[in-house]
Amino acid sequence: MTTEAPSAALVSVQGVNKHFGQLHVLRDIDLDVRRGEVVVVIGPSGSGKSTLCRAINRLETIESGEISIDGKKLPEEGRELARLRADVGMVFQSFNLFAHKTILENVTLGPIKVKGVDKATAEKEAMALLERVGVGHQAPKLPAQLSGGQQQRVAIARALAMKPKVMLFDEPTSALDPEMINEVLDVMVELAREGMTMIVVTHEMGFARKAADRVVFMADGQIVEQAPPEQFFTNPHSERAKDFLSKILTH
Amino acid sequence: MNTLFNNLDVFTTGFRTTIILFLVSGFFALLLGTVIGAMRVSPVPALRAFGTLYVNVVRNTPLTLVLFFFAFGYPKLGLPEIDFTASAIVGLSLYTASYVAEVLRSGVNTVPVGQAEAARAIGLRFIQTLTVVVLPQAFRSVLPPLFSVLIALLKNTTVAAGFSVYEAGAIRAYLAERGEPAIVVLLWVAFFFVVLVLILAQLQRYFEKKWKVAR
Repeated sequence: MTTEAPSAALVSVQGVNKHFGQLHVLRDIDLDVRRGEVVVVIGPSGSGKSTLCRAINRLETIESGEISIDGKKLPEEGRELARLRADVGMVFQSFNLFAHKTILENVTLGPIKVKGVDKATAEKEAMALLERVGVGHQAPKLPAQLSGGQQQRVAIARALAMKPKVMLFDEPTSALDPEMINEVLDVMVELAREGMTMIVVTHEMGFARKAADRVVFMADGQIVEQAPPEQFFTNPHSERAKDFLSKILTH
Repeated sequence: MNTLFNNLDVFTTGFRTTIILFLVSGFFALLLGTVIGAMRVSPVPALRAFGTLYVNVVRNTPLTLVLFFFAFGYPKLGLPEIDFTASAIVGLSLYTASYVAEVLRSGVNTVPVGQAEAARAIGLRFIQTLTVVVLPQAFRSVLPPLFSVLIALLKNTTVAAGFSVYEAGAIRAYLAERGEPAIVVLLWVAFFFVVLVLILAQLQRYFEKKWKVAR
C-alpha cells in the first residue's frame, strides 16, 4: 500500500518513564509497532497498560524517553501535537461521544474542523462509516439514546473518519454489558483484517487470540513478556504471566 | 394609575435606557466573561494568572466604585472621551463579566474530562475543544446561575442613576420634581422590574428546555 519500508516502526516507544506521584507507572518501556500490526496489551490492572496507550497520543505526558509516530517525534503541545493526534485514532473505555452532538455530528466534527472537509463530503463519508459499523440508522440520534455497544461502535467510526495511521483502543469493551461486547469486538476484528495498525489494551483474551499479531504482557509498569498469541497463551515464559493467565483462564 | 399615566414619558425614557444598558452590558459581559472563563481553565499559566487576577480584582470591587472610576477617573486618563451612558455600560460589562467567568468555570468543571480528551484525540486544538465541545455543554449546565447573574445585572443598572444616567433608577428623582408621591413611583418602578425579570425567567425556561441534554 505504501512505498515506505515495511520494517520501519509506525509507532516507536523508546525508554519511556512516568510516575504518578510515588508510583512508577511506566518503567523504561520500549515498544515498536510495525505498519499493519495488531498489538494487544494485557496485564493486571494498575500495570500501566492504559497509561502507555494514552501516552502514545500524549493524553498522558511522559517524563523521559521518546515516542514517535511514523518517524515523527510527538510534539510537546499546541498545533503540531493536534495535527499528529489527527493521525492517531483513539477509542476510550467510556466511549466519550460528544453528548450534545448527534451521532452523525460526532463523526463529521473531526473531518470538518480539523481537516477542512466540506460538510456534504464529511456527511457522506460518515454515513458510510456508520453503516459499516452497523449503526447507520441511528445517525440523527443523540449518544445517550444509544446502547453502550452502539455508542462504542460510533466512537470507532468517529476515530476512523480521521483516516488515522494507527488506532489506539483503551479497554474498549470494559464498560459494556456482556451481550454487547461481541458487536464491538467484531468491528475490531474486521478492522484488523483490513490491515489497520492497532494497539489494543483489553481483557478480552478471545480477541487477542483471534486478531493479534503479538501479545504484550505488562505488569508493574514494565513489559514483562511479548510473543505471538498462541505462544503466549500456551507457553508463557515469565512467572508473572503464568500467574496472570492461571487466574483468568481457569473458568 | 394616574402617577403612571401622567408621567408615561419619564417611565418609558427611564426603562428604555435600563433595557439598553442591560442588553448591551449583558452582551459584552457574556462575551468577555466567556473569554476570562476560558483563560481560567487554559493550559497556559500566564493566561490563567491573568484570569484569576481579573476575577479577584473586579469581582471584589463594589460596583459603585467601578462606575465611579469610569465616570470620574477614566476622563482624567486622557483617553477618548465617552459619555455617562457609555461609561456605565463599560463598567457594568467589566463587573458582570467577572461573575459570568466564574459561573462558566464551574460549568466547565461539570463537563466530564473524557469529552475534552476525545476532542483532543481527534486533533482539535485547545480553543476548538473549548468552543465546540466543552463550552456548549458547560453553558447548558449553568443556565440557572447564569440567569441569576443576568438578573443581578438588570437590577444593578439602577446604580448608574447615581452617575447621571437617565434610567429606571432615576425615575423617582425626576418625578419628585413634578411633585409625585415617591412611594407610588417606586412601587411602579419595582413592578416593571418584576415584569422584566419574569421575561428573563421565561427566557431561561425556554433555553433550559431547548438545550436539555440527555446523559
